[in-house]
Amino acid sequence: MNNKNNNGGLGGLLHRLENILPKIVLLPTFALAAIFIYGFIGWTTFISFTDSKLLPNYKLVGVHQYTTLFENFNLITHTSRWSVAVSNLIIYSVLFIGICIIIGLALAIFLDQRIRGEGLFRTVYLYPMALSFIVTGAAWRWILNPDLGLERLIRQLGFSHFTFRWLVQSDLAIYTIVIAAVWQSSGFVMALFLSGLRGIDDSIIKAAQVDGAGLPRIYRKIIIPSLRPVFLSAVIILMHLSIKSFDLIMALTQGGPGYATDMPATFMYTFSFNRNRLAYGAASAVIMFLAVMAIIIPYLYSELRGTRNER
Amino acid sequence: MRGKQPQIPGTRTTGSIIIRIILYTVLTAAALYFLIPFFVMVITSLKTMKDIRSGTLISLPKTISFDAWAKAWDSACTGIKCEGMKGYFLNSVQMVVPAVIMSTAIGAVNGYVFSKWRFKGSETFFTFLLLGCFIPFQIILLPMSQTLGILGIGQSIIGLILVHTIYGLPFTTLFFRNFYVSVPTEIIKAAKIDGAGFFRIFWRIILPVSAPIFVVAVIWQTTQIWNDFLFGVAFSGAESRPITVALNNLVNTSTGVKEYNVDMAAAIIAGLPTLIVYIVAGKYFLRGLTAGAVKG
Repeated sequence: MNNKNNNGGLGGLLHRLENILPKIVLLPTFALAAIFIYGFIGWTTFISFTDSKLLPNYKLVGVHQYTTLFENFNLITHTSRWSVAVSNLIIYSVLFIGICIIIGLALAIFLDQRIRGEGLFRTVYLYPMALSFIVTGAAWRWILNPDLGLERLIRQLGFSHFTFRWLVQSDLAIYTIVIAAVWQSSGFVMALFLSGLRGIDDSIIKAAQVDGAGLPRIYRKIIIPSLRPVFLSAVIILMHLSIKSFDLIMALTQGGPGYATDMPATFMYTFSFNRNRLAYGAASAVIMFLAVMAIIIPYLYSELRGTRNER
Repeated sequence: MRGKQPQIPGTRTTGSIIIRIILYTVLTAAALYFLIPFFVMVITSLKTMKDIRSGTLISLPKTISFDAWAKAWDSACTGIKCEGMKGYFLNSVQMVVPAVIMSTAIGAVNGYVFSKWRFKGSETFFTFLLLGCFIPFQIILLPMSQTLGILGIGQSIIGLILVHTIYGLPFTTLFFRNFYVSVPTEIIKAAKIDGAGFFRIFWRIILPVSAPIFVVAVIWQTTQIWNDFLFGVAFSGAESRPITVALNNLVNTSTGVKEYNVDMAAAIIAGLPTLIVYIVAGKYFLRGLTAGAVKG
């Protein structure tokens, strides 16, 4: 191949080629990222300042779409469809994140007590994560079926007045999405916490035991506080998942009844693709994008700084 | 490791036995909570509709019938067409295989450059690429559908392959880059002194140690792309629908009598490939999840 001892001439050329080769190799990815990530973000943002309907046009109308989006915005009285979507997202993410963390942490702590068959338990807890949200949605849509599902089952067990029809009740349908999402994701949170627990230095715990501290106290005072980075990661990941929630809603409620379980992602899709209001859909996408970035950029920044310091 | 030793050395009091019983009870209950929905899916898919109407969610089928499976595969109606899931299953396979191969191969070379051939600005570029893991895809949906139309591959499997390859790259690049960082740089330096070039080092030194990360990346991409719904529903046409979109159409169809057994059989068909991947290679699946989700 090339011969670097041979200065100048062919060797020098090859040497220079070796130096630009890495850049050439990255060039396609660079071009793809520049166009399909950053260019497209720019395009969508631009469109959100136009009055594009079925087809994109490039006539700027200022912040009109945004003012329409936030017109009559009220998270309590739900006077606009966007406020329904945003308040659903808030309700959903608070419950989803909270419950996933409680279940995940509890299961991780229990599994960390030298359990026989730990691997089997872990495999079972995590398998829903391998399924598509559409499959999960289909399953829970059947389980929560107002006529033949859970309601019928409990009634047959002897509670003949039991009713459970959340799926078709506008005010409660959002909680069915929480139920299915928690089922799918809490095993993953368990795995995060379990690997966090396995990373804790044993000697601190032994020292505390020698001092006579009981196990619950050790968990409360030492172990759980030292899991702070895992809590942070879990919250960020789950928050990110909830802002992007789309599949599960489509499979479980399709945003219904009416638009009672609409969230920003389904809102964006409906207005852009079904109602032909491109600019309006684009504006909602920009809001979603900004929300995600507001969460992710500080997190990434601290993560990357952390790894640089380690090196 | 804490897990390997007794918590309270040498004691086995009634108290600790009771605690163990509680522990195993809770863990088993949790396992049932995760398993029962799948169990319900399976038994529902094996029932007849008459059986479903007379029984409950968890009552076992009176007679085991595979009719719902046959119908789900062959003749169930998704929208106007009544040809079951088989065509869409094939669509998904045709979409997943090329997209996984391309995104993984490009990601491997990218990761190699980002870890072993850094140049001025490469770290910045990597950070900007990393951000691509996090963007909510709603922000690129509209321009992408325009672009696919202009390129003449709108509503086609080719278009979906392209989309999945592009938006998989940040993840695969991240996987390989983080893995290759741990390959000792001294070996690379020594090889360079011996006159080995960019591709030769990649081929002879890097690739032979890359098997685990290839497994992680392939599994991650396979499950992501197979399970995708957003791109599928936004960019596919009647002939190119992936299975998730077809399943959603089937489950949400409001015409005719609802056949829950067919729905569940179709849902299992759609879920089975990724489930098998998980059962066969769970360890790698988890590694991808934590690497893909925690860091990027």
